[in-house]
Amino acid sequence: MKQSALFWAFLRVGLLGFGGGPAMIPLVRAEVVTRHKWLTDEEFADVLAIGNTLPGPIATKMPGYIGYRVGGISGCIAAVIAVIVPMIVAMIVMLGIFSRYRDVAWIRGMGQAVIPVVMIMMGQLTWDFFDKSQAALGWLASALMAVIAGGLIYWLGVHPGWVISAILLTALLRPTAKKRVEGSA
Amino acid sequence: MIYWELFLAFFIPNIIGYGGGPAIIPLVEAEVVGRYGWMTSQEFAETLALGNALPSPIATKMAGYVGYDIAGIGGALVAVSATVIPSLLLMLGALGLLYRHRDSPRVKRMSQWVRPVIAIMMAWLTLGFLLESLNTSGAIHTLIIGIAAAIALLRFNMHPAFVVMGALAYGALFIS
Repeated sequence: MKQSALFWAFLRVGLLGFGGGPAMIPLVRAEVVTRHKWLTDEEFADVLAIGNTLPGPIATKMPGYIGYRVGGISGCIAAVIAVIVPMIVAMIVMLGIFSRYRDVAWIRGMGQAVIPVVMIMMGQLTWDFFDKSQAALGWLASALMAVIAGGLIYWLGVHPGWVISAILLTALLRPTAKKRVEGSA
Repeated sequence: MIYWELFLAFFIPNIIGYGGGPAIIPLVEAEVVGRYGWMTSQEFAETLALGNALPSPIATKMAGYVGYDIAGIGGALVAVSATVIPSLLLMLGALGLLYRHRDSPRVKRMSQWVRPVIAIMMAWLTLGFLLESLNTSGAIHTLIIGIAAAIALLRFNMHPAFVVMGALAYGALFIS
């Protein structure tokens, strides 16, 4: 009955995990390492490190991988469904009701009032990403890369997928020899 | 055809978006609002607001809702699968390889170098929301809600769900 244990464990993670994927990692750890002892602390750290080498949401890679390891394919499916499905259904129901009454003035007001909040949240994420970026690459390199990428995407209309793919390929293929020179910055 | 477009609209952001769910938001916006025009900027903002107020990963909530909105249950299935399955398959299939390279400087560099691009796209999206709000609600409402939300979120670390609820109440009472 590993599958049902997986399902309930990741249902709890999904329902308690506010703030997006990265904020859910401690909850996953509490279920997987502390409560069910499916993985040791080191194994959990390895899975997290491996998950971070890949793109895509971390909060579905971890349940998927842990589910597979504990309960095979059906364990993987049970864990992923438990994390994501309840709140997808909630989104569809709530936004569906909202759209139906969009013509009512006060409901329309609610929809408009939420935009500045999202703006602040997105501003916070912008700062967060830029701050992490300058910590790793320095102010100048981060700002230059941001401006060049922004120019390509928004001024020349290049699809962001091409810009990011080019960067990923360069990062992967370019040799890493001149470490000592960059270390002084 | 619509399923194929939905697949691409969520597959591309999730296969290039390093940095977890939040990094995927501006990439999904570029597809859903920018490229395919399935949603207006306002609808995307509403989706994001509710998504941030509810638990569980943001990337799958957006995929599920947008997919459903465009093409029903089948659309939701396609969009969510495109979000979840590719990176999960890579993780299951290439575990040994990834394990050996998990501390490799090249792999670290990949997520580091993508961050400034994600940051500028997030900044662009922030600006877009500002213009959208000025356009629909006017400068005074935008300023009041924006400052109140900034204080609640940044200063007092208030839960996003309460901030969204506060904005909904303000909108129902004062913007109509």
